[in-house]
Amino acid sequence: MITLAHFLTLGAILFALSVAGIIINRKNVIVLLMCIELMLLAVNINFVAFSRFLGDVHGQVFVFFILTVAAAEAAIGLAILVTLFRNKRTINVAELDAMKG
Amino acid sequence: MDHTLSTNVLLIIALAPLFGSIVAGLFGRQVGRSGAHTVTIVGVALSCALSVQVLWQLWFGGADPYNQNVYTFFEIGGYSAHIGFMVDRLTAMMMVVVTFVSLLVHIYTIGYMAEDEGYQRFFSYISLFTFSMLMLVMSNNFLQLFFGWEAVGLVSYLLIGFWYKRPTAVFANMKAFLVNRVGDFGFLLGIAAVVHVYGSLDYATVFARVMEGQGQQLVLWESFNLLGLTVPGWSVDAMTFVGICLFIGAMGKSAQVPLHVWLPDSMEGPTPISALIHAATMVTAGIFMVSRMSPVFELSPAALQFILFIGATTALFTGLIGMVQNDIKRVVAYSTLSQLGYMTVALGVSAYGAAVFHLMTHAFFKALLFLAAGSVIIGMHHEQDMRRMGGLRKYMPITYWTSLIGTLALVGFPFLSGFYSKDSIIEAVRAAGEGGSWVNQYAIFAVLAGVFVTSFYSFRLFYLVFHGPERFRDAHAAEDHHSHGDGHHDDDHGHHGPVEPHESPWVVTVPLVALAIPSVLVGALTVGPMLFGKDFSGQQAVTPFFEGAIYQYAPQVPAADDLAPGASAAPLGPVPSAPVDCAAVVERGSPDPVDVVGCKYFQHGAIGFGTHGFVALPFWLMAAGFALATFLYLLRPGTSARIRAALAPLVRVLERKYWMDDLWIDGFAGGGVKLGRVAWRAGDRGLIDGALVNGSAWVIDRVAALSRHVQSGYLYHYAFAMILGLIALLWLAGRWTTA
Repeated sequence: MITLAHFLTLGAILFALSVAGIIINRKNVIVLLMCIELMLLAVNINFVAFSRFLGDVHGQVFVFFILTVAAAEAAIGLAILVTLFRNKRTINVAELDAMKG
Repeated sequence: MDHTLSTNVLLIIALAPLFGSIVAGLFGRQVGRSGAHTVTIVGVALSCALSVQVLWQLWFGGADPYNQNVYTFFEIGGYSAHIGFMVDRLTAMMMVVVTFVSLLVHIYTIGYMAEDEGYQRFFSYISLFTFSMLMLVMSNNFLQLFFGWEAVGLVSYLLIGFWYKRPTAVFANMKAFLVNRVGDFGFLLGIAAVVHVYGSLDYATVFARVMEGQGQQLVLWESFNLLGLTVPGWSVDAMTFVGICLFIGAMGKSAQVPLHVWLPDSMEGPTPISALIHAATMVTAGIFMVSRMSPVFELSPAALQFILFIGATTALFTGLIGMVQNDIKRVVAYSTLSQLGYMTVALGVSAYGAAVFHLMTHAFFKALLFLAAGSVIIGMHHEQDMRRMGGLRKYMPITYWTSLIGTLALVGFPFLSGFYSKDSIIEAVRAAGEGGSWVNQYAIFAVLAGVFVTSFYSFRLFYLVFHGPERFRDAHAAEDHHSHGDGHHDDDHGHHGPVEPHESPWVVTVPLVALAIPSVLVGALTVGPMLFGKDFSGQQAVTPFFEGAIYQYAPQVPAADDLAPGASAAPLGPVPSAPVDCAAVVERGSPDPVDVVGCKYFQHGAIGFGTHGFVALPFWLMAAGFALATFLYLLRPGTSARIRAALAPLVRVLERKYWMDDLWIDGFAGGGVKLGRVAWRAGDRGLIDGALVNGSAWVIDRVAALSRHVQSGYLYHYAFAMILGLIALLWLAGRWTTA
């Protein structure tokens, strides 16, 4: 029997993976964007699971909104990435330190 | 004739010159040159005519002294400041002197300033001065007195620096202003002490309750603890404090040693104002003030001794400087200082009447001498160095004769006005000084020596200017005349070749004649009633002129011990104005030195006094000064140079003015600048700029330099920090909900 706990555990694992990806990854900004997407998916899983087990369809509606927004965000993120590469000739995270104080 | 003075008349007297000043000053361009002098002269003439009428009413018309407030200036708590007039015979006499001299100076100015660009401005200033001076003398309270006091100081400043493009003039007016601030500081302290002791600034109130101040102590500060040390308190006799502080104000305004240094420099101003402000009227404000406050001063023998000492020093030592000056105006300026010293000496021996009397006669003959000097300066095309003059007698006859009258009046030639006032002072000092303290003996010596000195420098000036060879044809007699030359007309008269002197226009000579008449007559005509309470012949007793205006209290005078038994134990009170018993006075002395003089010398009237003058000691001292000056400058002109060489160190002391100027300029002013520089370095630049302003910026800079290392710029660091923050928040939230 698959319980709510299993779903929440999966979501937590995915979230932790994406956080680790953001912090540990030093190479590629694209991986960073992918990690953010993964983080959103983890949240989506939580939403769907709660929706299913509480019998409330609102959660699934939310997921659709989040997916739409995430798609738009990914599009913008990739566009920024292209411009960034044109300017800096690199997408290496360790070299992007323009915010250094 | 009515027996009260009209408020409206007094208002017109004071405000007519102010009106003229405003019109000439603010609308000078519209009214033009002739408009400016017409409106101011009409204003002052109106003032003068009404002043004469007021004096007439008070003296012969039996009018009562006027004392009323006309306007309330402000009210604070229980205190209200008024503008009001107190007009008694002392005031009325001052009003007549001020407006009369002012009127003549206005007329004279038409000639003297004819070519000056600042014509309207000048008329505006001198009319404003007349207004201020009238407010000063007519005041019925200390506050208005102080207003007038400061206002005349301001106008004096403006007029000394009238030619504001000349650095020397700007220096001189700054000096006058600053030195006067020193005096005014004392004056203000004195006024504050009057409020403290009497709780009022009204003359009438203070004088009515003046005895309350006697014997009071004024606590300057209580004893207190400073870092474990007990600093003892200091309290002084209230009346002495008031007297000395008020007199310090008078020292500034009336240029007494050591605050006299501004007056010779004030000669940078145009000559008409030297006559009006720095000889006849403003500088006598201090004398007038002390006389007006006589009830207060009488309560402090110590303050009077102080006044006597300062006056005696001024009378003798400034006169000595006058002996070596070469600038015609400066000689007259030092002579003014010396004469102011005489007046102050008279104040110091309680002979207030004699001081004010000398003030009046001096106003006439000194204004005359100054205007005559101005006339010479015009005639010489703005040359002021006496070494480049000589032999002007035949070129300027009117100036010559009026100058002679002025000089004779100044040296105290019998029957001229200066004789009566100066001899009265000298005799009063001698009468008061018998058996007195060393200050009294010093004063007697100073006033007698001063007669010789006065005579010497007066005739020296007279001979150098009007007699002897005509040195103005020698192109370069002296090179240093630029230092204080009247150089504002250098454009037109800049040539220093031979000049042809000429007599001045009538607007200049008419005032000279108009001043020469009172210089001769006013002393003989008024000495009886003003000083001795007798008529011209000395036979009939009349009401003393200053009755009710000047007070004197019996036990102040050193001679009091010689009085009839019991007199010294009598309570303080005004000396009765009843006719004095002359037989007793001559035999035993009197608390009033003027009475002694009157009884000794005025028994046969003004003529008798004058005749006796020929055999008195001052006359012979005067004659000695005359003889010496005649010998050195007329008969053997070469001798003076040899004597100068022989007495070089002494001459140098005099030429350096006893290093008084250096003391003030380098000592006090220079010291002040140095102190300021130290304070600026340590306080402003060190503490405020260094520690506070730049210091706080430095601290912030250091903190920022350390904290900027947190900003690595790497995205993953920021993300990590966010997550740490999130965990911390969750942990906190968990604790909070469970608790």
